[in-house]
Amino acid sequence: MHPITLFLADDNSWITFNVPAFKALFWPNTFNGLAYGAIYSLIAMGYTLVYGVLRLINFAHSEVFISGAYAVFFTLSFLGFGPFIPSISLLSLIGDLLLACIAAMVVSGIVAVLLERVAYRPLRKRNAPPLVFLITAIGASFTIQYLIEWWRGATAEQSVIMFKPQAIFTVFGADIDNQQLTIFFAAIVLMIVVDQFISRTRFGRGIRAVAQDPDTATLMGVNKERVIMLTFLIGGLLAGAASLFYIMRVPSGVQYNGGFNLGIQAFAAAVLGGIGNIRGAMLGGLLIGLIGNYGQTLLGNSQWSAVIAFIALVVILMFRPTGILGESLGKARV
Amino acid sequence: MTERSPDVPAEGGIVAEVAHMTEAERSEHFSEVAEVVAPEREIAVEVGETLLEVRDVTLRFGGLVALDSVSFGIRRGEILGLIGPNGAGKTTCFNVMTGVYRPTSGQVLLEGALLGRRKRYQITRLGLARTFQNIRLFGEMTALENVVVGVDARHKTGVLGALVRSPRHHREEREVVEKASALLEFVGIADRAADKARNLPYGYQRRLEIARALATEPKLLCLDEPAAGFNPAEKEDLMGLIRKIRDDGYTVLLIEHDMRLVMGVTDRIVVLEFGKKIADGLPAEIRDNPAVIAAYLGVPDDGVA
Amino acid sequence: MTTTMKPQAQESSVRRFRTWWNSLPRPQQWAGVIPIVVLIYALPVLNPPFLTTEPNVFFPISMFKASVLVLVALGLNVVVGQAGLLDLGYVGFYAVGAYVAALFTSRDSVLHKLPYLATLPLAMVVTMVFGLILGMPTLRLRGDYLAIVTLGFGEIVRLLATLIPALKGLVGFQDVGHPPGTQANGQPIFTTTNGTAWYWLMVSIIIVILLFIGNLERSRVGRAWVAIREDEDAAQMMGVSTFSFKLAAFAIGAAIGGLSGALFAGQNGFQNNQDFGVNFSVLYLAAVILGGSGNKVGVMIGAFIVSYIPDRFNNLGSQKFLVFGIALIVLMIFRPQGLLGARQRLLAKGRTAYLTLVGRPEQLSSDSALVGEKGDDA
Repeated sequence: MHPITLFLADDNSWITFNVPAFKALFWPNTFNGLAYGAIYSLIAMGYTLVYGVLRLINFAHSEVFISGAYAVFFTLSFLGFGPFIPSISLLSLIGDLLLACIAAMVVSGIVAVLLERVAYRPLRKRNAPPLVFLITAIGASFTIQYLIEWWRGATAEQSVIMFKPQAIFTVFGADIDNQQLTIFFAAIVLMIVVDQFISRTRFGRGIRAVAQDPDTATLMGVNKERVIMLTFLIGGLLAGAASLFYIMRVPSGVQYNGGFNLGIQAFAAAVLGGIGNIRGAMLGGLLIGLIGNYGQTLLGNSQWSAVIAFIALVVILMFRPTGILGESLGKARV
Repeated sequence: MTERSPDVPAEGGIVAEVAHMTEAERSEHFSEVAEVVAPEREIAVEVGETLLEVRDVTLRFGGLVALDSVSFGIRRGEILGLIGPNGAGKTTCFNVMTGVYRPTSGQVLLEGALLGRRKRYQITRLGLARTFQNIRLFGEMTALENVVVGVDARHKTGVLGALVRSPRHHREEREVVEKASALLEFVGIADRAADKARNLPYGYQRRLEIARALATEPKLLCLDEPAAGFNPAEKEDLMGLIRKIRDDGYTVLLIEHDMRLVMGVTDRIVVLEFGKKIADGLPAEIRDNPAVIAAYLGVPDDGVA
Repeated sequence: MTTTMKPQAQESSVRRFRTWWNSLPRPQQWAGVIPIVVLIYALPVLNPPFLTTEPNVFFPISMFKASVLVLVALGLNVVVGQAGLLDLGYVGFYAVGAYVAALFTSRDSVLHKLPYLATLPLAMVVTMVFGLILGMPTLRLRGDYLAIVTLGFGEIVRLLATLIPALKGLVGFQDVGHPPGTQANGQPIFTTTNGTAWYWLMVSIIIVILLFIGNLERSRVGRAWVAIREDEDAAQMMGVSTFSFKLAAFAIGAAIGGLSGALFAGQNGFQNNQDFGVNFSVLYLAAVILGGSGNKVGVMIGAFIVSYIPDRFNNLGSQKFLVFGIALIVLMIFRPQGLLGARQRLLAKGRTAYLTLVGRPEQLSSDSALVGEKGDDA
C-alpha cells in the first residue's frame, strides 16, 4: 500500500501551501479581507438577529441576500450598466448606486418578511419543535433558489460593473482602493445605525425583550408578531445593502445559487462572534473575511475560503461555543 | 419467550387475571411483584446510617444566593421530606443533590463518596434517580417502554451486541420486560402498559414517572412534587405507594407542598427558607416549631399557631 | 415541556391496518412480506407499462438509482429519524464512499488496487471514521449548530474533491471497479448498463441492512435513540449516556451513506466531483421527511418517490429541487410526520410482553417526534 501523505506539487498531490505568496500579499489581502468582511458582517447580522429572537437558523437568509442582488442587477442594467466600465459623472453614479441600493433593500426586505409570513409563522402557530423549523428553513432556501433558477436559468447574469476601483491610499506597500473604502465605511455606518436602533429605540427594546423572554415580553405589551416581522425586515434591509456591495466587488456574482456560499460563511461569522450578539456579528464577519482571504492565497484557490471558514467554525464551536463575544441579544437556550 | 406465567391468559392478560383473584391470591401475587421490583444493589451503608449527605452546600447564581450553607443527611431506609415556602430553594437543593447543578461550595456525598464532577447519566447510574415537577415522560413510547428505558440504565448491551443479537442482548431484553412489567404492576398502572405515555391520564403519568425512576434501581429515589394536581383520594393512594416503595427497600426524598401528605408519610423533615435550613426533625417536632410556622404563616400575633 | 401531554385522535384506516398487521404472529408476517419482496426483485424484468420510466430513462437503471436513494434514506433515517440529529451534509459521506471505491479500483488512481467488493466494507469503515471525527466535537453542541456544521462538512467534501489535485476534480476517475462474475459471452455481469444485476445486488444489501437496523431499533440502543430524540435531558437523567449513543447513530448513518456511494460509483463506472452539492443533501432529507422520519418503511417509500418521480416525468429536470423544496415547507406545516409517521417497535420481546400483561398487542399511532404538542388533532 502506497503511503497516502504526499506534499508534492504535482497532479497527484494532496495539499500544498504557498507561503511566499502569502507573505507577499499579506497587506493587500488584509484590506481586501476587511472589505469582504464588512459584507459578511452585514449578512451575519441578519442571521444573528433572527436567531436571537426566534432561536432559528434562517437558512433562507442567503436567498434574501441574492434577491437583493437580482434587484441591483435589474436596476443597474435598466440604468445602462453592463460588462464595461461606465463613463458617467460622479453625481450620476452616486445617484444610480443609491437607487440600486434602495431597490435591493426593498426587495430583500420584502422577501424576508414574506418568508416569515409564509414559511415560519404557520409553524409558530402550531408550536412545532425546532427540528421542524430547521427543515422548513432549508426547504425555503431551496424553493427560492430554484424558483430563481427556473425563471433565469442556471448561469450567472451578465456582469454589471459599477466603477473601476482606483487606489486612493497606499499603506504598507498595498493599495487601498475606493471600492474597499466605500464598502467598509458604508457597512460600518449601517451597522452602527442598526446597533443604536437596537439599543436605544423603543422598537429595539422590543426586539431585545422578545429575544430574552417572548412570553413575558408579550405580557409587558410588546407585540411579538410585529417585533418578529421587524427583525426579519432589518435583516433583509442589511442583506440588500450587502448585495449592492457584493456586486460592486464581484460584478458577475448574480446567480441563483450565488447566495449560498456567502450565506454559510456569514453564518459562520455570526457564530464566531457569538450568535445573537450584534457586535459579535460585526467582528465575526471581519474575521471571516480576513481568514478567507489569507487562506485562499495560502492554498492557491479562492474556493478554499469556504473550507477554511467552516473549519474555523468547527474549531470555535469546539473551544468556545458561545463565540468570541458570547451570546447576548437574549440568552440562547441550551 | 418470557417466563412470567405458564398459562398465558388469552383475554386481558395478567391484569384481567389479577382482577379475578381472591384477596389471598392477590396479595401473594403482589408480594412476588414487590420482590422483582426490590433493589438488588449492594449499598455500602447499613439501614439507618447516612446514605446521602449534603455538606455545607452553597449555591450562588451571580449575586443571588440560592442555597446558603445547607447541611443535612438522608438515612438509608427513611422517607425524608424537604419542605419550605415558595422560593426557599427546595428545587435548587434537589437539583444540586441530583447533580443537575454544581454547588459553588460544599459537597454532596453518596455513601461517603463525593458526587463530584460527573455527567448526569453517571449520577443516575451511581444510584440517584428523580422525577420531575412537570412531567417529562417520553410521550411517544408506551408506558412499558418508558420504564424499560429506566431498566436499560443498569444494562450493558451496546451497538455491537444489538446488531448481532448476542446472548447478552437476548437475556437483557427478557429481563427488562420482566422488570418493567413488574414495576408497572407495582405502581398500579399495568392495565395501560401498551398505551402511549402521551395518552395516559394525569394520575397514571405521575405514577409512570415514579416507575421509570425506580427502574434505574436507585439507592435514593427523589420525588419532586409527586402529588401536584392530585385530589385528596389520589394523594392517599400516593402516600400508600411511597410507603410501599420504602418498605420494598428504597430510600425516598420528597419535595412537597401538601402538609398533610408530608406529615403523613415522612419519617423526618428538613425545612428550608430563603436558602437556609431552619429546621430538621420529626414531623411532630416540625409541626410545632415556631420558626417553621413563622416561615409559612408569618409571625402569629398572639404567639399561638 | 408542559405539565400535561395531550392525547391523540382516534384510529384511521391506516392505523387499523397496522393494528391488524401487528396482531399477526411473526411467521404469518414473514409469509405476507415474501411475495412483496419477490415482486420487488422482479420489477426491472417485468418493466410494467404504467410504472416504466422509458423511453426517458432505462427502467432497470432508474430502479437501481431509486434503490441507491433508498439505502441513503435508510442511513440518514438512523441519524435524523432515530436519534433526531439534523444532518444537512449527508452527501459528504456518500461522496467519501464513492471516492474510496474509485481510488482503490480505478486505473486513474495512484493508490494500490483492491477488488471492488473489498472496497465496500472499506468505504464503510472510512466513512465511519469520518463520521466519528466529525461527530466527536460537534455532537456536544446544540442541534442548530450540528445542522450547520454538517452542512459545512458536506460542502468541504465537495470542495476538496475539486481542490485537491489527487482527487481529480471534474476529470474524475474512469473505470471504477465492479463485482466479479462473467456472463456466458465473456462480458462481465456488472457493467454500467446492466442495471438489473446492480439492482438485485442493491436490494439484497438493503434487506440485510434493514435486518440490522431492525435489530438496533428493538434493543437498548434503539430505545436510547428514541429517548434522546424525545427529551434529551430527561434521557440523561434516566441514565442514558446520550453522547455515545448519538455518536453511534452518526457513525452508523455515515457508514451506510458511504456504502451507498461506493455502490453508486461502481455502477456508474466513473466518479468525479459533480453531484455532491448541498442540494442533494436536501433531497435526501426530503426523502426521509416525506416518507416519515423514524419509520424504515416510510423512508424507503419516500426515497422511492423522490427518485422515481423525476425519472418518470422527465420534463422535471432540475425543477425536482424546487418541487421537493416546496414539499418540505408544505409538509412541515401540514403533515410533519410524513406519509407513514408510524411509531416504531422498541422491544425485542415486546409482543409477548404486552400480550402477557394486558392481553393485546400495543397501541400504535402514526405520529413521530416531529409533531408538536398541538399536533394536527387539537
